[in-house]
Amino acid sequence: MSEVLILVDAVDGKVAKSTGELATYAKAIGKVNAVLFDEALVPQLSAYAIDNVIICKGIDVTKFSPAPIAQSLAQIAKSKSAAAVLITSSAKGKEIAGRLAVITESGIITDASAIDSELITTQLVFGGSTTVHAAVTHGISIVTLRSNSIEPLAGSATPTTEEFVPEISDSAKLAVVTSTEPAVKGGRPELTEASIVISGGRGTNGDFKPVEAFADILGAAVGASRAATDAGWYPHTHQVGQTGKTVSPQLYVACGISGAIQHRAGMQTSKMIVAINKDAEAPIFELADYGVIGDLFNVLPQATAAIAAKRA
Amino acid sequence: MRIAVCIKQVPDSWAEKKMLGGVLDRASVDAVLNDLDEYAVEEALRIVEASSPTKEAGEGSGHTITLISMGPERATEAIRKALSMGADEAIHISDEALAGSDALATSLVLSKVIADGGFDLVLCGTESTDARMSVIPAMLAQRLGWAQLTFAGSVKVDPGDSKVSIARSTEFGIENMEASFPALISVIEKINEPRYPSFKGIMAAKKKTITTKLLSDIGLSGDLVGNKAAWSTVKDALPRPARTTGVKVEDGGNGGGELVDFLLEKRVI
Repeated sequence: MSEVLILVDAVDGKVAKSTGELATYAKAIGKVNAVLFDEALVPQLSAYAIDNVIICKGIDVTKFSPAPIAQSLAQIAKSKSAAAVLITSSAKGKEIAGRLAVITESGIITDASAIDSELITTQLVFGGSTTVHAAVTHGISIVTLRSNSIEPLAGSATPTTEEFVPEISDSAKLAVVTSTEPAVKGGRPELTEASIVISGGRGTNGDFKPVEAFADILGAAVGASRAATDAGWYPHTHQVGQTGKTVSPQLYVACGISGAIQHRAGMQTSKMIVAINKDAEAPIFELADYGVIGDLFNVLPQATAAIAAKRA
Repeated sequence: MRIAVCIKQVPDSWAEKKMLGGVLDRASVDAVLNDLDEYAVEEALRIVEASSPTKEAGEGSGHTITLISMGPERATEAIRKALSMGADEAIHISDEALAGSDALATSLVLSKVIADGGFDLVLCGTESTDARMSVIPAMLAQRLGWAQLTFAGSVKVDPGDSKVSIARSTEFGIENMEASFPALISVIEKINEPRYPSFKGIMAAKKKTITTKLLSDIGLSGDLVGNKAAWSTVKDALPRPARTTGVKVEDGGNGGGELVDFLLEKRVI
């Protein structure tokens, strides 16, 4: 049976759901080996379809850039003759995958929304307007997968564990982390992981309060169009679009966003799209499952109040 | 200091794109300097200005900024734009054999040019707006064996000590990192506001040197690059059916309430 490596993803000591998604894809390919650097996370891995856990010892990866993680994965992949290495498509995940591809002389595919048992990947490109099927043709299949793309399979048994001591070169320790500052917690979920995203654009005129209030009552993340971030109305880190983040939530609500290709490219694959815009001709309505021609400053507060009333 | 900035000419990110024979159809859309690379050019200029006796980049600053770009002949338009912002010179690797190169081949070519250039710092944008893989900076650091300081929201350079520190912006917060020269840096959008080229800058750029190199000039074989040497292959690329347009209603006074009813009925909230 083929050996597959997945890299465990964790936030604040909690294994992320994306790890379970990677395990689910890996299970269809072969034996699932979850690689991690923090032994304390091991008990949480029983929740997912993982056969074996490889605990990397002797290196504090939080002190360095992605280099030592890539080096460790390369050594494990070699010792296991792994057919594939699956990593979550985060900024850091893609950096690790890129370095791993260079070290192992392997092809790499990023931002896949699926990988099948024959190692053929599916990617939605050009803002979801085109489906591409691709495969790695040299070395190990190194693939990064977008989160929220599959329902994780539950684990059926406690995985076996083994330890691995990677050899980390000096060149992988050249960039040193001197201190960290945790993200300012706004109480809102991370944009790319959220199941609901409420975004504001030019139509907000810089006032995101109704957008944020609607997001908060739904436990949603807040996004913004490039017009809004370029105007300085909302931080660049919240930009959804071709030059920002790509999101694929269950529900996407575009408020005061016209729907230029620049924006559509970042949200077109959302399961359900709602648009609120004063301009009946706005192109965003072409994508919307439900469109409201109206002023977001009336519609959003009313919707927020309606939800509050139903919950009362 | 010798600073290099990697730049790429890409299809305009505001334009509609399509596939042609398994690769991106680049001929049918306007080509521009990758937006995200402008931040890297701007940051290189600011690093030089901060340590220049004249407070300006260019001759007399004691530092040089070299642009490195791989791409077809017409990529010179994007290179001229970055030169007009204030970079000193450019190296353009242009060779028919490069067409269809994957990220591995691209990083191989760029790393070769960087290694030959004796640079202290190399700056990149975080990704190109066409391929959007976001792997080139990490691949370059790996190939060069350099310190990787990526996703920088701020950069501080100490030329006297040959040290550089950054605030790395991640999904989980900020990691403050430091390294000695040489280092590979990528910068995020919020780091600065790229300047518009001045008229003087545009005129000066016309006289600046763009050195065009073939693969043979940098000692690489054509067998290692291009579409045929790519280590991944596209099986098919199919247009997805357009989303069917749904309900569109005029807000008659209870638009918000009706919206909530729709969302509840569809069980999405």
